Amino acid sequence: MSKERIKIAEELFDIMPVEYQDLVKRATYGNGQRGWKDIGNAKELIEEHSLCAGCPESMAFRYILASLPNPEDTVMVGSTGCTSLVFPHVAVHNIHSLFGNQNAVASGLKRALTVRFPDRHKDVVVLAGDGATVDIGLDMTLQAWFRQEKFTTICFDNELYANTGGQESGLMQKGFVAKMAPVGKTFEKVRLPEIARESGCHYVVNCTVSKPNLIEKVIKNAVHVAREIGPTYLQLYTPCILEIGKNSMEGLQEMRDSEKPTERFAYKEYVSEPAKELLAELAAKEKERKAEAKKQLAGQSA
Amino acid sequence: MTTSYRVMPGPEHFLPPSAASMGIRLPDPGQGHIHGSIVSEEEALEEAARQFLSAKVPTIFPGPLVLWAWNDKAAKKAKAIRHLYETIKECVDSSCQHAMLIPMPDYRPKYPKINPEIEINPNHPNLTIWHNKIDACMFVGVHCHQANLSLKIIRGGTNCYTIAMCAQAGHEDAMVSVRDATADKIIKLADWVKKLKGSVAPPAEYSA
Repeated sequence: MSKERIKIAEELFDIMPVEYQDLVKRATYGNGQRGWKDIGNAKELIEEHSLCAGCPESMAFRYILASLPNPEDTVMVGSTGCTSLVFPHVAVHNIHSLFGNQNAVASGLKRALTVRFPDRHKDVVVLAGDGATVDIGLDMTLQAWFRQEKFTTICFDNELYANTGGQESGLMQKGFVAKMAPVGKTFEKVRLPEIARESGCHYVVNCTVSKPNLIEKVIKNAVHVAREIGPTYLQLYTPCILEIGKNSMEGLQEMRDSEKPTERFAYKEYVSEPAKELLAELAAKEKERKAEAKKQLAGQSA
Repeated sequence: MTTSYRVMPGPEHFLPPSAASMGIRLPDPGQGHIHGSIVSEEEALEEAARQFLSAKVPTIFPGPLVLWAWNDKAAKKAKAIRHLYETIKECVDSSCQHAMLIPMPDYRPKYPKINPEIEINPNHPNLTIWHNKIDACMFVGVHCHQANLSLKIIRGGTNCYTIAMCAQAGHEDAMVSVRDATADKIIKLADWVKKLKGSVAPPAEYSA
């Protein structure tokens, strides 16, 4: 959908609830420079969410939605889990797939959009939990990467099946005891970032969502690389505070503790050679744009 | 197929049957239906106007197809809807009747709930009907599936009279339905409201 079509009929504008009026007047559709700093200044693309108080996933959603480079031409594909409780409040086109099918659905969607809109960038972003990505949907996840499908896969890794009460997942750390996994995990956390790299992903990042500027950078990189080159994968730690016995205020600290250099969410990045070239090119263009803007600003004040 | 079933104001049942499953059929072009009986389009428009004029809280529920200016046609319809609303407001007795225009901006289930004073949602339209004590309403610019869902829930749990101004083939689940809605047809309905002004008895008491 083009942003020009996001327009309320003039005659009925006054009866529309204020959140829709705000979406038209104060949202950042079409703004190439949008980012996490718009949070609090512009209308966000997420309404009140229905997640638990203090849930890091809600932070992640806010940062991701603020960082998508092209939200009016982006379709997000979700799957079963807590994320599916949030998508109804998101002002970006989205599809709820069957549990685990998300990368298969996204493959078809991306191909169809490419045929239907050959002259326009249509971004597809999968956002699913670790159960959907690594356990139930691993086949679909890997096959999409093998086929070099051009979309981004984001995994909200909370290291268990949080939405259903705490069952063991492939991304759970070894030895962890959860409410519905009383024996404790007997094998290591699946190393999906490494698997993604070996499966053909061109941009892979493993990190937490404690730093909004970092999330903005990796989201933009992942979407641009997926658009031009091939599949990208982001594994973001969004701990379920309830299932790991933390309070509402402790989510951020949990992420900070888990991203220390020796911890499992220490920042890890893999960029393929073609992706490196593309990102360097984009960085150069951005530098040029900033210099030009600075020059114009200087000209105005002179 | 003939049927004795009539689509009447509820509350009919917790889960009312779909009118189609009870043998009610859709009107052909140029026709409408009243309570499931096929009539001419003019008759259906006249009955809709009568219902607006005799209701305590006559309400129009415009949906996303007209709330958003997708194209010129949608913008024209939005203008016609505003005109219809203003006409109803002018023609009813303001001492005992209160016309409303409430949008259905979204089909998504909203949490924790919608604000029934300012919007209606197809997943629980009864909340808005109950809250505002709406006794006659018209859906326009709502996608068919969501309109059917709302119409059934309203028939099931409220005594509200429902009218569907449909851009496609009409709605069996409404008490009155007109098909192939255009801006002109909406204006024609406003003309019927004007024409019948004073000839329809207003509600006995106003309790909204």
